[in-house]
Amino acid sequence: MRVFHRKRWLTPYLLLAPGMLWLALFFLVPLGFLFYQSLESGNIDFGYAFTWAWGNYSSAIRSYRGQFERSFEYAGIATVVAFLVSYPVAYWIAFRGGRWKNLLLLFIVAPFFVTYLIRTLAWETILSDNGFVVRILHDIGVLSPGGRLLATGTAVVAGITYNFLPFMALPLYVSLEQIDQRLIEAAEDLYASRWAAFIRVTFPLSLPGVVAGTLLTFIPAAGDFINAELLGSPTNHMIGNVIESKYKELLDYPAAASMSFILMAIILAMILLYARAVGTEQLTG
Amino acid sequence: MAPATAEYDIRLIGLTKRFDDVVAVDGISLDIDRGHFFALLGPSGCGKTTTLRMIGGFEEPTEGRIELGGVDVAPLPPYKRDVNTVFQSYALFPHLSIFENVAFGLRRRGVKAGEVRRRVVESLDLVGLAGLEKRKPRQLSGGQQQRIALARALVNRPRVLLLDEPLGALDLKLRKEMQLELKRIQHEVGITFVHVTHDQEEAMTMADRIVIMNGGHIEQLGTPSELYERPRTAFVAGFLGASNLLEATVSGDDRVTLAEGSVVQLPHGMLAGRTGTVQIGVRPEKLRIGEGDTNSLSGIVTESAYIGVSTQYIVDTPAGPVTVYVQNDRTGGQVAAGERLTLSWSPESTFVVDAQEGTL
Repeated sequence: MRVFHRKRWLTPYLLLAPGMLWLALFFLVPLGFLFYQSLESGNIDFGYAFTWAWGNYSSAIRSYRGQFERSFEYAGIATVVAFLVSYPVAYWIAFRGGRWKNLLLLFIVAPFFVTYLIRTLAWETILSDNGFVVRILHDIGVLSPGGRLLATGTAVVAGITYNFLPFMALPLYVSLEQIDQRLIEAAEDLYASRWAAFIRVTFPLSLPGVVAGTLLTFIPAAGDFINAELLGSPTNHMIGNVIESKYKELLDYPAAASMSFILMAIILAMILLYARAVGTEQLTG
Repeated sequence: MAPATAEYDIRLIGLTKRFDDVVAVDGISLDIDRGHFFALLGPSGCGKTTTLRMIGGFEEPTEGRIELGGVDVAPLPPYKRDVNTVFQSYALFPHLSIFENVAFGLRRRGVKAGEVRRRVVESLDLVGLAGLEKRKPRQLSGGQQQRIALARALVNRPRVLLLDEPLGALDLKLRKEMQLELKRIQHEVGITFVHVTHDQEEAMTMADRIVIMNGGHIEQLGTPSELYERPRTAFVAGFLGASNLLEATVSGDDRVTLAEGSVVQLPHGMLAGRTGTVQIGVRPEKLRIGEGDTNSLSGIVTESAYIGVSTQYIVDTPAGPVTVYVQNDRTGGQVAAGERLTLSWSPESTFVVDAQEGTL
């Protein structure tokens, strides 16, 4: 007992240890290995050797600039659409859900009970050329004859939006749900209309959820390849598709590793800019 | 202070609020004069907060009218009413500085920047917190947040200021301070204050008019001393301080007979035409030991408790147990349990309430 008391300062470290160990073993070590790999040169037949081959990075950018740009474009659009769809839903559940709150949240999470791949394959069927969606869109004239949904950028963005929607909706819900209703009453008491109260009080107070939701959606979306693979054509391929094929089909590990690092670096830079723009306060709530 | 001609700031007419099958406020009518410090007092669940929220616009009345300066505002949303509220939890905006919190109402009304600055500073001065403009609410103590909430409401110079148990979260010492402070501020700005509280002492300290509510009804309206000296119902008598209520039968003009036969003289007109069974009341501190006053009762002391400033006795009389507070203004003279005591009181200290079973 006495020993325990004297070593009290150790407690936080002991509590941190399992997580740190896990991160070190399964994140830092592979990351280091990946970085090592990204600087190798050679080919699969004669083997790869570490040669400080920084050229892997410049050639990755030169050859796949389009896919990089498309990744951020699709991820950006999907994030914005997911935000626009989720905010009203989260708002409604948080403020008007009443005793149905938990059931409504379950509906948002429900698709997650089905595997990612299966869900996306289902969309492949739904959006296919002889599926009912395309047929209806043809009938009402939204799609021109011969126009299709599958194998278009629209389908890829729609797939990403759908797949990452809960990552947007749940943090938004949590931050909205925590807002004290009396603050909104106070705003209305101080001559703010419903809309002014939303803009001046509700929305600023939900910013931590907005930041968390956009990051949780944008980051995985930028590295996604499943949606482009199943719902897009090769012209819709994102950088994730390139990395996947380099690794698994072409076995060009250095190129795949260097592209992974470039993707990571760009995302990191974007988060820093974003955090600076909205204030780091919002990241931690 | 009240103008001679009746000038009402707030007029409630048959105001009713039902939540599903619960009647929170049951058809109350009330006129609140301009410039008064008004308290809505009652136990929790009596409808006082619901009444305040209806005046503020946060609850829609089921029936009735709410007139502000002669105009029915019942259908208007809160932001279209010339009323501001100090909330129980203060409800300061956590993401805004103190300056922006106080400026919030002025900005929504499109007041010019220079004027906003001048009035925010002036209003922070009024509550004694000048210089805290740049802080965030969470950097202030509870008492300071309370004052900011007051400044944020008063800066708009509303017709009426509503206060929803604003001192509830403060500790006793701070609460006493704020009671006097609120009274001072009300005097200074001259705006009508409507203060909701369940604390009778708080209401008596601050308000110049008190409405006592119970079960969605108004029990009695009056000045603190009117309510204390002349409560009209057993509920009011019991809610505002301690009182002895004794069963009696009306036996003449301004006279009743207690159960054991002794006659009690009442102030002139106190019975107000009542006949049959009534209850008469006397405050414990208005009873004197010994003969001397017109009305008297005697009995055996069953309990005696020394509580510093006074000694509290419970005397078992033929008319029922009677509580007496005796000032300890001399040393000695304690009466022990078991001794016989005669108590007397003046007709002026006697009040009458309707005989009702189970009002307390």
